[in-house]
Amino acid sequence: MVQSHSFSEPERPAVTIQSRPLAAILLLVGGSALLLLSAALSIAVGAADISLATVWESLVHFNPDLTSHQVIHQLRIPRVIAGALTGAAFATAGALMQGMTRNPIADSGLLGINAGSGLLLAICFAFFPGMSFVHLLFFSFIGAALAAGIVFGAGSMVKGGLTPVRLVLAGAAVSALMLAISEAIAIHYNVGQELAFWYAGGMQGVQWAQVKIITPWILGSIVVAILMSRSITLLSLGEDIATGLGQRTGLVKAIGALLILILAGASVSIVGAVGFVGLIIPHVARYLVGVDYRWILPCSAVLGSLLVVLADIGARMFNPFAETPLGALIAILGVPFFLYLAMNERREL
Amino acid sequence: MSTSMVSSVEAARRKRAFTIMTLLFVLIVIVFIISMDTGQLKLTPHEVLRTLIGKGDAKQELILFQFRLPRMVMSLLIGAAFAVSGCILQGVTRNALAEPGILGINAGAGLVVVLFISVVPVSGTIYLLPLLALAGAGGTAALIFSLAYRRNQGISTIRMLLVGIAVAAGISAAMLVLTLRLNPEQFKFVQVWLAGSILGTDWRFVLALVPWLVVLLPLVFFKARVLDVMNLGDLTASGLGTSLNRERLIMYASAVGLAGAAVAVGGAIGFVGLIGPHLARRLVGPQHPYLLPASALAGALLLIISDTFARLYNIPTGIVVAVLGAPYFLYLLMRTKGSSS
Repeated sequence: MVQSHSFSEPERPAVTIQSRPLAAILLLVGGSALLLLSAALSIAVGAADISLATVWESLVHFNPDLTSHQVIHQLRIPRVIAGALTGAAFATAGALMQGMTRNPIADSGLLGINAGSGLLLAICFAFFPGMSFVHLLFFSFIGAALAAGIVFGAGSMVKGGLTPVRLVLAGAAVSALMLAISEAIAIHYNVGQELAFWYAGGMQGVQWAQVKIITPWILGSIVVAILMSRSITLLSLGEDIATGLGQRTGLVKAIGALLILILAGASVSIVGAVGFVGLIIPHVARYLVGVDYRWILPCSAVLGSLLVVLADIGARMFNPFAETPLGALIAILGVPFFLYLAMNERREL
Repeated sequence: MSTSMVSSVEAARRKRAFTIMTLLFVLIVIVFIISMDTGQLKLTPHEVLRTLIGKGDAKQELILFQFRLPRMVMSLLIGAAFAVSGCILQGVTRNALAEPGILGINAGAGLVVVLFISVVPVSGTIYLLPLLALAGAGGTAALIFSLAYRRNQGISTIRMLLVGIAVAAGISAAMLVLTLRLNPEQFKFVQVWLAGSILGTDWRFVLALVPWLVVLLPLVFFKARVLDVMNLGDLTASGLGTSLNRERLIMYASAVGLAGAAVAVGGAIGFVGLIGPHLARRLVGPQHPYLLPASALAGALLLIISDTFARLYNIPTGIVVAVLGAPYFLYLLMRTKGSSS
């Protein structure tokens, strides 16, 4: 069987753990500061522009009678929190996947998460039109979990254990299946465009209720991911090495898969299939701070947040009334950079 | 003594491969015969036979010769083309996940089609689509090649994959923005086309596809050993004197040509390129001289079965391929021993 991780080229030396802690700390501090700044900007910018002073005012002296304060509290703040959270979640999930599967092109769509969520959404749009947003969210999450469950389940039933390549292959198969069924439903019941709108990604309708549901899950998962980051680094060196060093690789992979499911499932259910964050941010992080996942994971989280918050600002500035799909915008920002990385590819996984 | 042992192993392998390929071919013939009888309007095998020898009535002739047969022939050709393309890519990139979509073929073809549909009305221009799709696929592949190429190193496979993904992502994003602006009728057309629906009610499409296969398939089969050598790894391959980059380029170009032509007439039927080679590899093993023709047969069989269902229920063929193929693929995955890490 052809293997996916036999990528190494002859001129490249063997992978060693090279990390740049100083760069990582700088990135974490600077990135967080930038994130706060962008969050403030994100609250201020939109169909109705609000000055930063008013933003501050509404935070410290909230006055429910002022429309601007209402807009800030009911629309802008949940939106920016959702952006930051989902960005961090997508990026962390992507980093986990890339580390665990040793596959540089792994992203959140790979475990069938996007496709599973899309299938249940297609069913909802076709059979229960006019369903409330919170319910859609719930079903989208169920679909993501279902798909990831099948992928992981099928992967575990493999004789000889769950290997990275098999996990990825199972993901591709389940994705294709779910996508095909949802396409069939979408075409037959004529709900394709509705589905496309959801999929395109955006945070126009984000409400506090949704933010409250996802926040503990996402934050908790990121913390657990960072706690187990050393094990991820070992896994990224190869299963044999990890096992040789006494790691219980099965357990690490099971926890990792669960974290990916929660992180990506929750995010897809809120902002749609914004896949590029999970693909590109871990590459950027690895490029900047080296190959130690103890640094890659937190840096990915911060960079992912930053990217989504900035892109969301862009989506509103670009065309305030018919917002550009977030996924498309992130791709426009991300593609050139990813291309740059790809073209100067040095194996640093 | 050792040479005779090797050759006897080789002979056994060859015999097994030929038996399996014959079996696949017989299966294709059987499905072909069944498929001629099936459709929204059923013909009995007797009627089909009579029509074939020129004794059917006008309506039966119309159905069989103008609608059913061209589409069936097309699905055989498309299936073979996608599967061989996928097989080449999996061999060259040494990546079990590689399929024609990686080269940006689906994305490029899709973008051009969506662009075209958004400015020109759907009806009446359908014959231009294959040409445009082929241009889009070829252009995108050329773009990816040129971005992945380095003067001193040539094309590294991982750079190629990464560049391909980046370009495909960019194109999908552009396509998303475009499709959201289409009116519902246009959107539906694009959606059905992208889901993989064979535009096969015309022999002209068959004629457009045949030259690509006639030229490229023999070339690829002839070069099969090169893929075996590449599978040994770059270092060994260049040590054995294969001029790696030139061979890679020829192989990539063939894969693009095959898949591009197939997408042009069949839409983005992606899964055949992934599953056809896997199925073939399971049947005949990893030696490309057997694997490539077996992939072609497996792909053709998979697609003609899928297309028969698709015609029966009037849904895009690509959807049927995935619904039939994915569970089988999962089963395949669970059955095989986890030796290949």
